[in-house]
Amino acid sequence: MNTNVKAIAAPQTSERSNLLTAAFAVLMGVGIIFVTGHVQAAALHDAAHDVRHATGFPCH
Amino acid sequence: MFSRLVTSAVFAGAVAGLLVALLQLVFVQPVLLHAELYETGQLVHFGGLPNTATPELPGFDLMRNGLSVLFTMMVYCGYALILVAVMSTADDALVTPRMGMIWGLAGFVAAQLAPAMSLPPEVPGVAAADVQLRQFWWFATVAMAAGAMWILAFRFNMYGIAAAALLLMLPHIIGAPQPDAFAGPVPTELGALFAARSLGIGLAAWIILGAFCAYFWNKEGEAA
Repeated sequence: MNTNVKAIAAPQTSERSNLLTAAFAVLMGVGIIFVTGHVQAAALHDAAHDVRHATGFPCH
Repeated sequence: MFSRLVTSAVFAGAVAGLLVALLQLVFVQPVLLHAELYETGQLVHFGGLPNTATPELPGFDLMRNGLSVLFTMMVYCGYALILVAVMSTADDALVTPRMGMIWGLAGFVAAQLAPAMSLPPEVPGVAAADVQLRQFWWFATVAMAAGAMWILAFRFNMYGIAAAALLLMLPHIIGAPQPDAFAGPVPTELGALFAARSLGIGLAAWIILGAFCAYFWNKEGEAA
C-alpha cells in the first residue's frame, strides 16, 4: 500500500519540479532578450544597434 | 533537467544565431546602411534632385558586424531558452526537428509578426514614440501572442480559439504608441524593403531555431 502511494506521488513531484525548471528557464530567456535587445545603456545600445533594428525590437 | 535544458538551448541558440546573423548581414544590413545615409543627411530624400537607388555603401566593418553576430547569437540563445522550456513540457512526439519547424513558426508569429503589425521593424531614422512605451507594448504584445500560440497548440477548442483570437487582436485594438508627427528622412521604398526583409529573415530564423531546439533537446536527452 505504502509503495503504491509513493509510486503515484513521485511523478507528481518531478512533474512540478520540471515545470518550475521550465519557468525559470523562460525567465532567464526573457532576461537575456531584455538585456541584449532592450536596455538603453549607451554601450549596449550601440553594440546591439543593427541587431535590434534587424530583429524588429523598438530601438532609440 | 535544468542542465539538459540550458545546454540544448545554448547550442540551438548559438548555431541558429550564427546562421541568422549571416543571413541578416547579406539581406538586411545593406538596406540598413543605405537608410543610414538618409538618417545622417548624406542623402536627402525631398526637395532636391532624385537620388540614385544604388549609392555606394560603407564597406564591411569587422568590429560593427562582429558585435552584430555576437548579439544575434545571444538574442537567439534567449529565445531558445524560452522555446526549449516550453518544448520540455510537451509530449515527446511533438518535439522532433520537423515539428520543431512548426514550433519555430509559432515563435515567429509571437515574437516578430504580432508586434510588427503595429510597430513594424524600424529602419534607422524613422519617427517613433517614446522608446520605453514602445518596449512595454512590445513585451505585452509578444507575451499575449505567445499565450495565443500555446492555447491554439494545446487547448484547441471553441473557447481556446476565441481566447487566442482575442489575445492576438487586443494589442492592436488598444493600439501601439505612435509618434505625434512623421519626420522620417528615409524614402518609403527603403522603409518597406527593410520591414519586409526583417520579417522574412525573422521567419527563416525562427524555423531554423525551432528545428535546432528540438534536435538538441533530444540529443541532450540521449546523452543524459
